[in-house]
Amino acid sequence: MTVAAALAPAYARYCQQLGDDRLILGHRVSEWCGHAPILEEDIALANIALDLIGQATFLLGRAGAVENAGRDADALAFLRDDRAFRNALMVELPNGDFAVTIVRQFFFASFSRLQLEALTRSPDTEMAGIAAKALKEATYHVRHAAEWVVRLGDGTEESRQRAQDAVNDLWRYTGEFFLTTSEERALAAEGLAVDPATLQAEWERSVRDVLTLATLTTPATSWMQRGGRDGKHTEHLGPLLAEMQVLPRSHPGASW
Amino acid sequence: MTPPLSTADDATRQAEFEARIARGESIEPKDWMPEKYRRQLVRMMSQHAHSEIVGMLPEGNWITRAPSLRRKMSLLAKVQDEAGHGLYIYCGTETLGVDRQELVDQLLAGTAKYSSIFNYPTLTWADIGAIGWLVDGAAIVNQTMLAKASYGPYARAMVRICKEENFHKRQGYEIMVTLARGTPAQKAMAQDALDRWWWPSLMMFGPHDKDSPNSDELLKWGVKKKSNDELRQRFVNLTIAQAKAIDLTIPDPELRYDEASGNWIFGAIDWDEFWRVVKGDGPCNRERLAARRKAHADGEWVRAAATAYAAKRAARDAGAAA
Repeated sequence: MTVAAALAPAYARYCQQLGDDRLILGHRVSEWCGHAPILEEDIALANIALDLIGQATFLLGRAGAVENAGRDADALAFLRDDRAFRNALMVELPNGDFAVTIVRQFFFASFSRLQLEALTRSPDTEMAGIAAKALKEATYHVRHAAEWVVRLGDGTEESRQRAQDAVNDLWRYTGEFFLTTSEERALAAEGLAVDPATLQAEWERSVRDVLTLATLTTPATSWMQRGGRDGKHTEHLGPLLAEMQVLPRSHPGASW
Repeated sequence: MTPPLSTADDATRQAEFEARIARGESIEPKDWMPEKYRRQLVRMMSQHAHSEIVGMLPEGNWITRAPSLRRKMSLLAKVQDEAGHGLYIYCGTETLGVDRQELVDQLLAGTAKYSSIFNYPTLTWADIGAIGWLVDGAAIVNQTMLAKASYGPYARAMVRICKEENFHKRQGYEIMVTLARGTPAQKAMAQDALDRWWWPSLMMFGPHDKDSPNSDELLKWGVKKKSNDELRQRFVNLTIAQAKAIDLTIPDPELRYDEASGNWIFGAIDWDEFWRVVKGDGPCNRERLAARRKAHADGEWVRAAATAYAAKRAARDAGAAA
């Protein structure tokens, strides 16, 4: 479908936001490749990174098509500066230990699954198709992460402590998932976006169930960090992009 | 040392075994086999599995810097395949009564070998192309032969792995094609990668036949069907045309075509370098082992958690069943 001209700029930015969350998280998860605690996790984490970057490729491709300014998914991934990235802060945070990576994965995938599930009903049939494929992947990502959260939480004293520390540290970045931008509100009225605020109660319920099963404590909600949706990032995104973008930036116009 | 054949039974079994090999039959895990045959297979298969695991490191070095989303996904998928191959071959060694942990411990202790090619650094993006093209290309020549090996589980693993390696090789060559037809800087990058990876790739086939201590036995038992030098020649013959097609120069001034044999005759391999890298003094031997050891040490608490959780769960299930 073609998106109404008045909504196209906002919708393109929304598609970028969906793509950026997955591209940046995929990048972080890919850093584990070859360094995971067991070989099976090298495979699983590479697979998850691959899913996320694949999702990002479709979503940024859709963003470029809607924007209609000659930028494809690669141009959006490799030639934007940090202030133009709209990903949530959580996904750009360094990997930390395996507990931080897993808890971050669990929090994001639980959000992503709900978001994608709603987007399968988008009137933009391309988006509905992308979401349907990605939803299957996100469902597996939630299961993989949740199983590890339970293993770590209900494993040894050390793993429980590490998992609880990760939950406590990352909790303040979860609120940003559910902030509704004015653009999202306008797009949601047309069914083109999901108002993330509507996903929060279900997210909290499903996350709390797993944390309880893992014998972990769900933190009391306090101040929530924000800024990613407005391009105001942590200091971690700049170095990540410098690394990711180095080749296309140092060889302008080259094909790879 | 092979234990002396103590009874007539063993002598009979050995003769039967060798007759089966001669008939081209496949040896399966439950079949009787000489201890030395078993040990040679464990040695080869574990070296192969370790190579897949260590091989993830030089290529993993470029996942975060791959220059397009498509290239990033291909590389991630390739490295993931390598982890899968490692796992698959480790499982293969279990059919010979050796468990994976024992083999991983040998790798981490530095007492097991893996392919020396992975002790060279990946310095530019073109190295990812060169590895796919040359290193996977060389591996395919070797593994296509091993797919006919006398030990059934290893041969079957090779059939499956070869299919994926062929795909990796095509991807790698395609990276080289793109660079060779790209900007002058990209073409220079491709040539530089070929210059650095060519000779180490020829060394992947191992020492000359006359200097290869295991070859005779492996050939006799049908584990290998061709010698190191035969395989190396086959690889060179296949690869020269591919380099010419994209206008890259093989870094060997002595290279010439021999009409009589149909072979490309290549210059002398630097065997001093080969043995130096095998013995631990390659550019990245220490870094590769250090990376594996760090991953293993950092993952200790995770594996302990998984074990503890599994035990708790089993106890709870048993309690529920009682």
